[in-house]
Amino acid sequence: MKRYSAFAIAREAARYHTGWERAWRAPEPQKKYDVIIIGAGGHGLATAYHLGKNHGIKNVAIIEKGWLGGGNTGRNTTIIRSNYLQDPSAAIYEKSRSLYETMSQDLNYNVMFSPRGVMMLAQTQHEIRGYQRTAHANALQGVQTEFIGPQKVKELCPIISIDGPRYPVLGALWQARGGTARHDAVAWGYARACSDMGMDILQRTEVTAIRRDGGKVVGVTTTKGDIDCDKLGIVVAGHSGHLADMAGFRLPIESVPLQALVSEPIKPCMDVVIMANTVHGYMSQSDKGEMVIGGGTDGHNNYTQRGSFHHVEETVRALIETFPMLSRLKMLRQWGGIVDVTGDRSPILSKTPVDGIFINCGWGTGGFKAIPGSGWAMADLMANGRSPLTDAFGLERFREGRFIDESVAAGVAH
Amino acid sequence: MELENLQREDVLMSTRLAAGGRLLNRGKSVRFEFNGKHLRGFDGDTLASALLANDQMLMGRSFKYHRPRGLVASGAEEPNGLVNLGKGGRFEPNARVTTTELFDGLTATSQNHWPSLDFDVGVVNNYAARFLPAGFYYKTFIQPRAAWKHVFEPFIRQSAGLGKAPKDRDVDTYEHFYAFVDVLIVGGGIAGLQAAKTAGASGAKVLLIEQTGHWGGRAPVDGAVIDGKSADDWINNTLDLLDKMENVQVRSRLMGAGIYDHGYALAHERLTDHAPSDDMPRHRLWRIRAKQIITATGAIERPLSFAGNDIPGVMLASAVRDYVVNYGVSAGDRTVVVTNNDDAYRTAIALKGAGLDVPLILDARASGGGALAEEAAALGIRIANGKAIASVKGGKRVTGVQVCAQAGEGAVLEEIACDAIAMSGGWSPVVHLWSHCGGKLIWDDAHAHFRPDADRAPTGADGEPFVSVTGGADGAMSFSGALANADETARHVSKRIGRKAKKATPPNADDVEMAPLAPVWKMPQGAGIKLRSKMWLDYQNDVKVSDVQLAAQEGFESVEHTKRYTTLGMATDQGKLSNINGLAVLADSLNEEIPQVGTTTFRPPYTPISMGSIAGEATGERFQPLRRTPLHDWHAGNGAYWEPVGHWRRPYCFQRSGESVEDAVQREVKATRDSLGLLDASTLGKIIVKGPDAGKFLDMLYTNMMSTLKPGRCRYGLMCSENGFLMDDGVVARIDEDTWLCHTTTGGADHIHAHMEEWLQTEWWDWQVFTANVTEQYAQIAVVGPNARNLLEKLGGMDVSADALPFMAWADGQIGGFDVRAYRISFSGELSYEIAVPASQGRAFWDALLEAGAEWQVTPYGTEALHIMRAEKGFIMIGDETDGTVIPQDLGLDWALSKKKNDYLGKRAQQRSHMADPDRWKLVGLETLDGSVLPDGAYATADGTNANGQRNTQGRVTSTYHSPTLGRGIAMGLVLNGPDRIGEVIDFPKTDGSIVKAKIVNPVFYDPEGEKQNV
Ligand SMILES: Cc1cc2nc3c(=O)[nH]c(=O)nc-3n(C[C@H](O)[C@H](O)[C@H](O)COP(=O)(O)OP(=O)(O)OC[C@H]3O[C@@H](n4cnc5c(N)ncnc54)[C@H](O)[C@@H]3O)c2cc1C
Repeated sequence: MKRYSAFAIAREAARYHTGWERAWRAPEPQKKYDVIIIGAGGHGLATAYHLGKNHGIKNVAIIEKGWLGGGNTGRNTTIIRSNYLQDPSAAIYEKSRSLYETMSQDLNYNVMFSPRGVMMLAQTQHEIRGYQRTAHANALQGVQTEFIGPQKVKELCPIISIDGPRYPVLGALWQARGGTARHDAVAWGYARACSDMGMDILQRTEVTAIRRDGGKVVGVTTTKGDIDCDKLGIVVAGHSGHLADMAGFRLPIESVPLQALVSEPIKPCMDVVIMANTVHGYMSQSDKGEMVIGGGTDGHNNYTQRGSFHHVEETVRALIETFPMLSRLKMLRQWGGIVDVTGDRSPILSKTPVDGIFINCGWGTGGFKAIPGSGWAMADLMANGRSPLTDAFGLERFREGRFIDESVAAGVAH
Repeated sequence: MELENLQREDVLMSTRLAAGGRLLNRGKSVRFEFNGKHLRGFDGDTLASALLANDQMLMGRSFKYHRPRGLVASGAEEPNGLVNLGKGGRFEPNARVTTTELFDGLTATSQNHWPSLDFDVGVVNNYAARFLPAGFYYKTFIQPRAAWKHVFEPFIRQSAGLGKAPKDRDVDTYEHFYAFVDVLIVGGGIAGLQAAKTAGASGAKVLLIEQTGHWGGRAPVDGAVIDGKSADDWINNTLDLLDKMENVQVRSRLMGAGIYDHGYALAHERLTDHAPSDDMPRHRLWRIRAKQIITATGAIERPLSFAGNDIPGVMLASAVRDYVVNYGVSAGDRTVVVTNNDDAYRTAIALKGAGLDVPLILDARASGGGALAEEAAALGIRIANGKAIASVKGGKRVTGVQVCAQAGEGAVLEEIACDAIAMSGGWSPVVHLWSHCGGKLIWDDAHAHFRPDADRAPTGADGEPFVSVTGGADGAMSFSGALANADETARHVSKRIGRKAKKATPPNADDVEMAPLAPVWKMPQGAGIKLRSKMWLDYQNDVKVSDVQLAAQEGFESVEHTKRYTTLGMATDQGKLSNINGLAVLADSLNEEIPQVGTTTFRPPYTPISMGSIAGEATGERFQPLRRTPLHDWHAGNGAYWEPVGHWRRPYCFQRSGESVEDAVQREVKATRDSLGLLDASTLGKIIVKGPDAGKFLDMLYTNMMSTLKPGRCRYGLMCSENGFLMDDGVVARIDEDTWLCHTTTGGADHIHAHMEEWLQTEWWDWQVFTANVTEQYAQIAVVGPNARNLLEKLGGMDVSADALPFMAWADGQIGGFDVRAYRISFSGELSYEIAVPASQGRAFWDALLEAGAEWQVTPYGTEALHIMRAEKGFIMIGDETDGTVIPQDLGLDWALSKKKNDYLGKRAQQRSHMADPDRWKLVGLETLDGSVLPDGAYATADGTNANGQRNTQGRVTSTYHSPTLGRGIAMGLVLNGPDRIGEVIDFPKTDGSIVKAKIVNPVFYDPEGEKQNV
């Protein structure tokens, strides 16, 4: 792999960039791999990457029915934070956040991680207490957060209205090292690194069946034929239920569209990420200048990756209330992505009833931030059979009633 | 300032033609300002045509390279002409000049440059641009680590973005409209008009909408003759006719923004953008339910990709024609036309007709054009077939073209001086709305465009298509074709909704014979890399042919990858001009057919719509309805310090002058405990559950047995979720044999009611139960304290003695002449009654209580005093002691879990191993050793760390207060095996690391025997 750098760009410029090689190969499938990962979203690619990097397992295929990074990884609002309440969540999200800090260097690919700070507004007494609790928990978990007052909120984000008539801002939970990254770049950077390690990324290849020998997995059937494997990782977000069905087990997952939208680009006016849970909306400004806005999930389960309008309306209302300047901007584009939601709103990183099959799903509305940490932990789980980061996220927790409920602290978890 | 009052007028060279301009009212001159220059236009101008008339071709700078940008188009597809419009509370960034109608006093400034439009230091010249190809930022700015956030990113952000951020609060208003129609027709060109006429004649309720302020679309510009009349005459006649049909409504300045499932369409109306006013809303968002939708949205011309095609002065041929015919403005004095189809000849003919010079028409087709070409030739215009543009000369304005053979590599044959270029690469139907809701496209080889595939239309719940397409949007490329197609489509659609359109012959139009188009995606065909890196595809985002090719070379083979890697089509025009051209280049690089490569996804809205219109009326005070109790005004007038609780506002406390919030709370608690307090408890949820199966239903809903409750009695009940977690609590009163009244928490009323209905409607639909949320029907007042009974007895009426109304009983009666329902319940530990009166009587009753209570210093108290008193008494609070992870067993509420019932919601869940585990965090009281108040939300630490290096914990604070009654800090908390560890001291670190020590105690701090409440 040729390294990327300013120097490499200068070299290529001289010959009109005709010398750049492919970022990832386009291989034909082999008969068998040690490990197959289904789903070339961020989580699938990060899992493969860490299998190679941390555990030396490089005979790996990542099978993707569409184009890599084209699922939720390529359609989310890219908020990265780790100020979660429950210990197991804080552990994996903080691991993830810390991996984001060095991801550009690790992958030799600029993923534009921008730790510009994330604040979650408290607009009721109840929220103040909730975030104070999170701040206490975070202090013991090694996650740096602080509860700040309304004046500090205004200082950090001058365009906010802190004395709106309906829900004045009473304070915020502030994580200075939270922020955003460029979603596509995360997928592309991992794909390039995986391909460079000799892994095969098979795009436009759909898994249509999972083959078992008794209780053990032996391979998959795809639109490009059968491919064998010793271990199989299912990492397909909204389609997890389908794949589990193919493997012969069931999941406590529901799939619903989550809505998002952007404004037209404007000059920089907001340097932080803000989440307002009481009014329900969140916003940041992309490097291009668009105000990136996220809202809620549709009330009905479905697989149409389409925007519906009523959530957009609620979200925009809430955000104009919080940022009055928005009123004169224009919505450029709205879209939806199918998110996989569990009963406790926490992910599943687990062995399954089928020997050799592992599953990583349930990241729901908030798994972009988890991509590197989840990949790290999932690789550990697949290589070693267990990982301290995934212990609490096993499927058995639903049977035992050992939930990891994050909705406790905040209405929305992005 | 004196000078400012002088009407200065900057006279630029005028390019306004002496005649022409079908949309202008030349009798009315309009003043406006651009970049501080005072200019004039005419009524009927767009800002684009007015600027052009003042020879202002340069309008902005591109996104990435800050290259000079001029007008390309004349409508919604314009990528370059974006300005900061207006001032103060009416400021709007990124306003599109081609769709901004001119009005007197309009002010605009150009965007994305520093220090000025003419001289922008951000400009990246051709050489430097070579260092910034597609995706360059992914490959660089990697080292050193901190530099991205602190150096590179701020720099990139500054140079990106377009318009300025608005600073002031919007002074305009917005509103929502709802419409229900049989047929919605989007697009007021001749196809849309004809479709409305035909559908209208079938009797269907029709709404025809048009995004601009005028009707007829392209036909009048292109000189159509319909039924022997001029297009303008036919349009006016048709509008008159539609106006007479009562079932047809037509609206202009109303843009079809999106189509969603189930015939839901969104449209955006611009009411005062063309004439700002304080009396009318600025925009109106229409939410339309239509049985059938016809998109008659026309087609958009495509640019051609030749080197230097982004230099100001290079425009779409149709736009050049629009400016001449509609606005009487010439884009240049000498215009070279370059095309791959016949339509562009119309521009040459129109220019010639307006007395302008057309030195050359370059037709990329070796075989040349048809009838229109003959007409042009007859006018003496020189035509060069098989020829192309090798490169455009000029910087901030076109100065000439270099001509080459289309088939070659660009060897220059001659150079022609000109100041404008009119280009046409063919036409692409506007398929956005069709595609929003799942309509599929097919590739039409003859016209080299995608058009809607009628066999794969968006379908409704019945599986039948609900969107149809007609006219240019359907690929119809002639007037008569569009009209016939519109008539047929409208007939078909009428039939789908069960109506019959009367047979009538569609209007007839004179069409010219057109020679076939030849697809041209690159000019010249064999252009080398030097030329390709100067061929723009996306003018706003600076994406060139070479960028798309680089993406393909690097493996970004899917259209979506290419789009994201290069940012093609991601600008404010969402690729209306660039998408198809980019796709074709990508397909060519991949050696695939265009349809195999496919398009990117079309997402609403069609063109950007104001956020204000999306919010509609619901802003400021109207953001969410404020729910007020009948006593709200009294609270407001008596120092209420408000707290939002759900949609309610409740007084947190009542501040007296000079009193702090904390002091007020402490005073209220003491006054209540010592003598007499009043609480407005009206917000508590009150849900009537009635019917033969109501008892059975409540037994499933609550953990307690409710069916055995006697009429006249109350019981404190718990509700759990299916997962076993405590979700709400409250007192249930049995009213009569088949009626119960369930109190819920304030925040819980609506969702508990919904929860009940969900179970009744989805699981127990055959049970005979009705529910009604009657929360707002009553004012409910808690009369609390040792003098509570004295007060009620003083007012006189029903017997409220301990014998007649014992603890946990209720009765209907009269007090002080008011009809009341009195509950003997207590959440404070004091002698207490909650009295409900009809909402309309609430205020009068409250006043009566205050007046009669004066002798006991009656004290209204707020939610915080309520919380403190319940904590002193060890009562849990939903949302404090519970958080969705706590089960009743954790709170010592095992007594409320009926053992006699086979089942209730949550019972089975609570038997799961983790929930049945005896080693759980359980409710205790906590007392700091130093008497201080424990911090809210603090955790109790245990020794060591867990496998992930996090400090081990063994409990947490759930509620914490300064207790005025005990004169010290008290708290409730959940602690591992807490009730077995009374007396133990544990550590609670604060966020700063300092430690507060607290002793585990019994959670009931006050009157543990219950002597006070039971008197
Ligand atoms: C609108 C929106 C906003 C969001 N905002 C945020 C945010 O701000 N912060 C945050 O942290 N998270 C956010 N999220 C959540 C986040 O995007 C997801 O949790 C995360 O991207 C999931 O990554 P993934 O790799 O698991 O799934 P995906 O990226 O969806 O990848 C799954 C892949 O599996 C493939 N696949 C499925 N079935 C098959 C098959 N049979 N064979 C082969 N391949 C298959 C799919 O094509 C897909 O590419 C948001 C999500 C949405 C939709």
